Amino acid sequence: MMKILEYLFLFLVFPGFAFSATMGLFAGWVDRRLTARVQWRVGPPWYQNFLDVIKLLFYKETLIPEGVSKAIFLGMPLLSLASATLVSTMILVISPAPGSGFIGDLIVVIYLLMIPAISLMLGGFASENPLASLGASREMKLMLSYELPFVIAVLVPVIKSGYAIRLGDIMMHQAANGNTIASASGVISFIVMLLCVQAKLGFTPFDIAEAETEIMAGTYIEYSGKALGIFKLAKAVMLFALPILMIILYFGGITFSSEGIIRTVIQYVIILALIVVIKNTNPRVRIDHAVKFFWGPVTALAVIAAALAYLGR
Amino acid sequence: MGFKEKVLSKSIYAFHLSSGSCNNCDIEFLDTLTPRYDLERFGIIMVGSVKHADVLICTGSTNRLCVPRIKKLYEMMPKPGFVVAWGACGSSRGVFKDSYNTGAPLDEIVPVDVYIPGCPPKPEAIIAGMKKLVDKITVKK
Repeated sequence: MMKILEYLFLFLVFPGFAFSATMGLFAGWVDRRLTARVQWRVGPPWYQNFLDVIKLLFYKETLIPEGVSKAIFLGMPLLSLASATLVSTMILVISPAPGSGFIGDLIVVIYLLMIPAISLMLGGFASENPLASLGASREMKLMLSYELPFVIAVLVPVIKSGYAIRLGDIMMHQAANGNTIASASGVISFIVMLLCVQAKLGFTPFDIAEAETEIMAGTYIEYSGKALGIFKLAKAVMLFALPILMIILYFGGITFSSEGIIRTVIQYVIILALIVVIKNTNPRVRIDHAVKFFWGPVTALAVIAAALAYLGR
Repeated sequence: MGFKEKVLSKSIYAFHLSSGSCNNCDIEFLDTLTPRYDLERFGIIMVGSVKHADVLICTGSTNRLCVPRIKKLYEMMPKPGFVVAWGACGSSRGVFKDSYNTGAPLDEIVPVDVYIPGCPPKPEAIIAGMKKLVDKITVKK
């Protein structure tokens, strides 16, 4: 019984839902503010994303289109939020205590990271709107294209730590032998990972699935009120969890000492700033260009990185 | 002013509908999102789908084909939602008042909350109009 309560606390409060959603919404504000500064604007105040989500969750009507499957249409935002929160909880519980993981938790994390995209796709198809279907089919193609280089890039820290598939082992190996980023293969696979994270988060230049100017909001078009708010929360949690995963794989993870937290915050802000700068300096690419880009040069880079890691560089 | 009014007035998602305008009002709306005026400071952003919107901004002279569509979009907007009549044409059909193809003025089709006059309204007038909208939301029970 105590165990269940403890897990519930971990999942719902710290470091699960409440903590990662708050941090994610705050990171979303950093994104909006940086975007505004890049465009020489002022940008919204720091509580803007919180107000947006509170408004959508509590004060707006939730409309359900006629004839859709309610279970899928309303269940998909919840599934998306639940899996994003689970990833965030897992990596934040494992990171300070490297012994607490289980064998293969890295693989579980990779699979859970796919679920928000899949649920977005199913939600889009379920909403019976032609633009949403178009967005969902684009999301599917995008997912097929970025998952391959993403998995090959993840292989680099795995190979370097002697084929460990536990996050804890990868972190302990880095603590003993230096961080993954400090090697040639580490740098190359970090770049590949950054591009894949950009696509996973649905940021420009890979926001093809929700292209605002051509297919309105794409997969989100029929969502309103609570369902849209939950999707926004899931996106915020992903924005928090993915850079933390990169910190674990390339910078040796998080320790909860005062110095460790400062270091993590600096690394997190650097990764977030890189993502936002890429977002703001590139136009949206077409879906066929995105597929060619990920299956061509990016996969080649990832394979080179994996080969270098195999050779021990 | 309660918490709800504060939240609703500080996070305004605007959907923009052109019901047969000459495009000038539409361009002026985009101007207010640019560095000099920057409406995002007040939490106002433009959204692509009316189902995300809090405010329906209607430009143009509401021609006859657009009338049923304006009604439909107003019904599709999740409530609480507001309507802004934008420009001289949106407010009163402007110089097209006696034209053969303008059906009815906007405020006879859907309830209008704020009028922003001008042909096209200047960005300053738009920001003043948005302030009127915020005042209307905050005193609304």
